[in-house]
Amino acid sequence: MRGGKGTALTLRNIGRRLSQPLPPPIGRMRISSFSHTTCDVENPKSINLYSAINQALHIALETDHRAFVFGEDVSFGGVFRCTTGLADRFGKARVFNTPLCEQDNRAIAEIQFADYIYPAFDQIVNEAAKFRYRSGNQFNCGGLTIRAPYGAVGHGGHYHSQSPEAFFCHVPGIKVVIPRSPKQAKGLLLSCIRDPNPVVFFEPKWLYRLAVEEVPEEDYMLPLSEAEVIREGTDITLVGWGAQLSIMEQACIGAEKDGISCELIDLKTLIPWDKETVEASVRKTGRVLISHEAPVTGGFGAEISATIVERCFLRLESPVARVCGLDTPFPLVFEPFYMPTKNKILDAIKATVNY
Amino acid sequence: MALSRFASSSSRSANILKPLPAVISFRRAISSDTTPITVETSVPFTSHQCEAPSRSVETNPKELLTFFRGMALMRRMEIAADSLYKAKLIRGFCHLYDGQEAVAIGMEAAITKKDCIITAYRDHCTFVSRGGTLLEVFSELMGRQAGCSRGKGGSMHFYKKDSNFYGGHGIVGAQVPLGCGLAFAQKYSKDETVTFALYGDGAANQGQLFEALNISALWDLPAILVCENNHYGMGTAEWRAAKSPAYYKRGDYVPGLKVDGMDALAVKQACKFAKEHALKNGPIILEMDTYRYHGHSMSDPGSTYRTRDEITGVRQERDPIERIRKLILSHDLATEKELKDIEKQVRKEVDDAIAQAKESPMPEPSELFTNVYAKGLGVEVGIIYTWLSLSVLMFLISFSCIQCCRIC
Repeated sequence: MRGGKGTALTLRNIGRRLSQPLPPPIGRMRISSFSHTTCDVENPKSINLYSAINQALHIALETDHRAFVFGEDVSFGGVFRCTTGLADRFGKARVFNTPLCEQDNRAIAEIQFADYIYPAFDQIVNEAAKFRYRSGNQFNCGGLTIRAPYGAVGHGGHYHSQSPEAFFCHVPGIKVVIPRSPKQAKGLLLSCIRDPNPVVFFEPKWLYRLAVEEVPEEDYMLPLSEAEVIREGTDITLVGWGAQLSIMEQACIGAEKDGISCELIDLKTLIPWDKETVEASVRKTGRVLISHEAPVTGGFGAEISATIVERCFLRLESPVARVCGLDTPFPLVFEPFYMPTKNKILDAIKATVNY
Repeated sequence: MALSRFASSSSRSANILKPLPAVISFRRAISSDTTPITVETSVPFTSHQCEAPSRSVETNPKELLTFFRGMALMRRMEIAADSLYKAKLIRGFCHLYDGQEAVAIGMEAAITKKDCIITAYRDHCTFVSRGGTLLEVFSELMGRQAGCSRGKGGSMHFYKKDSNFYGGHGIVGAQVPLGCGLAFAQKYSKDETVTFALYGDGAANQGQLFEALNISALWDLPAILVCENNHYGMGTAEWRAAKSPAYYKRGDYVPGLKVDGMDALAVKQACKFAKEHALKNGPIILEMDTYRYHGHSMSDPGSTYRTRDEITGVRQERDPIERIRKLILSHDLATEKELKDIEKQVRKEVDDAIAQAKESPMPEPSELFTNVYAKGLGVEVGIIYTWLSLSVLMFLISFSCIQCCRIC
C-alpha cells in the first residue's frame, strides 16, 4: 500500500515546502504569490486536505445564503468526512443526502467517487456546459460546482481510483480544477463555488488525510486559470496537477543529485489552462515532461504536449515527454506497475535531458 | 358533446336575431365575453392512483376564441416553417408540432407565467403559448439576431426567461431531471408554483426519467410530468418501444391521468387538477393522447411507418382546431365567416413576421465565442487573438489573390 509512515512524513514536509511564499517574478514568468488576499500568517492551523475542504464548504454556506450542498451520504459527513458538521450547522434544508442518482442558486454537488461521475456526464456536458451558450445568455448553470474525489489510493481498484479529468477537459463551457494541497484546496474551492461558470473540482483522495499543511482560517480565494511555478529550475520543465505533483517533486529532488535542475509547475486549472506560464517556462528550459495518473492515450498531457509543440517548436531540445498511467483499466494488484512512479519520472527526466 | 341548458337558450335567442347578422357581430363583444359555459370533454379521464377530475369543464366565449386564435396561429406558424425549411431558409433540424396544439394552449390556460414549463425539441408552439412572438420564432429558426436565443440556439433551443419557459432541449429525456430540479427550486423557495416537464413517448423509457421521478416523489416536489404521447418515437410505434404504453401508469407509486390531448378543454382541466395535486401531494404524471401530422422532423416524411389513412383519419375525427371551431359555432359565439377572418388575420400576421425576420441580420462572427463562459472569464480574451490572426490571414490571402489577378 502506498503511503507508509515515511511517505506520510515526507508528504508533510512537501506540504510545508509547497506552502512557502515564492520569490518575486523573474522576467515574463508569472509566479503567483500564494494568495491574493492578506493572510493571517500567525493564525494558520495545520490541517489535512479534507479538513481544508470542509472549512471551504463552511465558509461558502456561511457567506452565501443561496448555497447548498448535496450528494450521497453527505449529511453525516460523507465517506471522506469532507462535509462534517455542515448539516448540523446549516440545517437539513441546505445540506442533504441524495439517493443513488448521479444524473440530477449555488449548488455544490458531491459525487462520492469520480469513477461514478459518468452517469451524470450527459447532464454536465450537454446541459450544464452549454446552457448559457445555446440560450443566448438567458439561462446558465454557473452556480453549479461538482466535487469528486479522484485518483489512486493504493487499493482502490477499477472503480475507486480513476482520473477522469480528460473527458471533461474536452468540453467548452465548464472549468476543471484540481488542487495539490490543503491550502490550495480551500482557496481554489471557494473560487470555484463563486465562479459564475459550472466547475468540476477533482480532489485527490489519496491526500485527504496524508497531506497536512498550515491553512489560514479566514475566507480567501485563489485565482483560477493561473498556473504556479512551485519549484524553479533551468534544465527541464515538469507539468502536473493534484497528487502527482508530490511524486514529481521527489523525482526533481532525485534529479538534482545528478545535477539536473528541474522546474515544476502546478497547472491547478486544467480548462481553461494557463498556457502562458507553461510556455514561458519551456522557453527558459527547452525541455518539458508532463505526468498524470490517467492513461497516457488521450490524457490531458496530450493537449499540453500539442500546444507546447505549436508554440515552442523551435525552442524544444527534445520531444515532449509524458509519464502517465498505462493504457489499461485501473488495475487492482498491478497498481504499482500501472502508476507513473518517481523512478519512471526520473528515468524520463534523464532521457529528456540527455536526448 | 353534451350542451348545457344555458348554451341552448343562447342559441335560441341567436336564431331570433338571425335576420341582422351584421348588427350582431358588432354588438356581440365576443372577444371579452366571460359568461361561463360548461362543456364536457370528449372522453372521460382515466386515472391511476388518484381520483379523476370531472368531465365538465368551465370555459367562456373569450377563452374559446383565444383557443381558436391561438391554435390557428400555431398551425399556420408550423406550416410556414415547413415551407421555409424546404426553401432552405431554415437549416439544421426542425420538429413541427402541428396536431398537438391543444396541449400547449390548454396547459397555458390552467397556469400562470410563474409556473415553469420545460420541454424537449418540439418547442415552437410551447414558446408561443408562453408569450413568445412570431418574430422571435422565425428569426431564431433562421438563425438571426432577433431570435429568442439571439440566433445561437435554433429550432430546438427556444427559451423565454421572463415567463419561465426553460426550453428547448435536444437530448431525449434530459429535460425531465432538469424539470424536477426546477420543481425542487420552487419548493425550496416556497413559491406555490409548479413545473410542467414535458417529454414524448420515446423519452418515456429513459432511465433518467425514473431517477428524477423517484427523487420527486421522495421529496414531494411540485413536478408534473407530461407525456405527450403522439404514439411514435421518431419512426417507432409505441407498442414496439414500450412493454407498457400506458404511460400514465408508468410512475407506479406516482399517480397519473390519461387525457385526450386533442381536446384543449380536457387538457386545461387536467393541468388545473395536476397543479392542485402537485402542490399538495407531490408529483403526478399526465399522459396527453395526441398526434403529430408531420413526421418526426423535416427529414422524415412521416408516412413510412404509418398510413396516410391514419393521418387523414385523425385530422378528420380529432383535429383540435376543428373541435373548437365546432364548439364555437354550435354555441353561436361567432359565425363561420368571423372564424375564417381570424384565420386570414393569423395568416397575414405570420407572413408579416416572416418578412420582418428575413430583414434581421445573422449574428456577428464574434458571437461564436460569446457566452461559452460567463463574460470576462475564460475563453473570450484568448480567442480574440486567434480570431484577429485569422482575420489577418484572410486579409493576406485576399490581398495576395488581388496581386495574382493583377499579374494575370
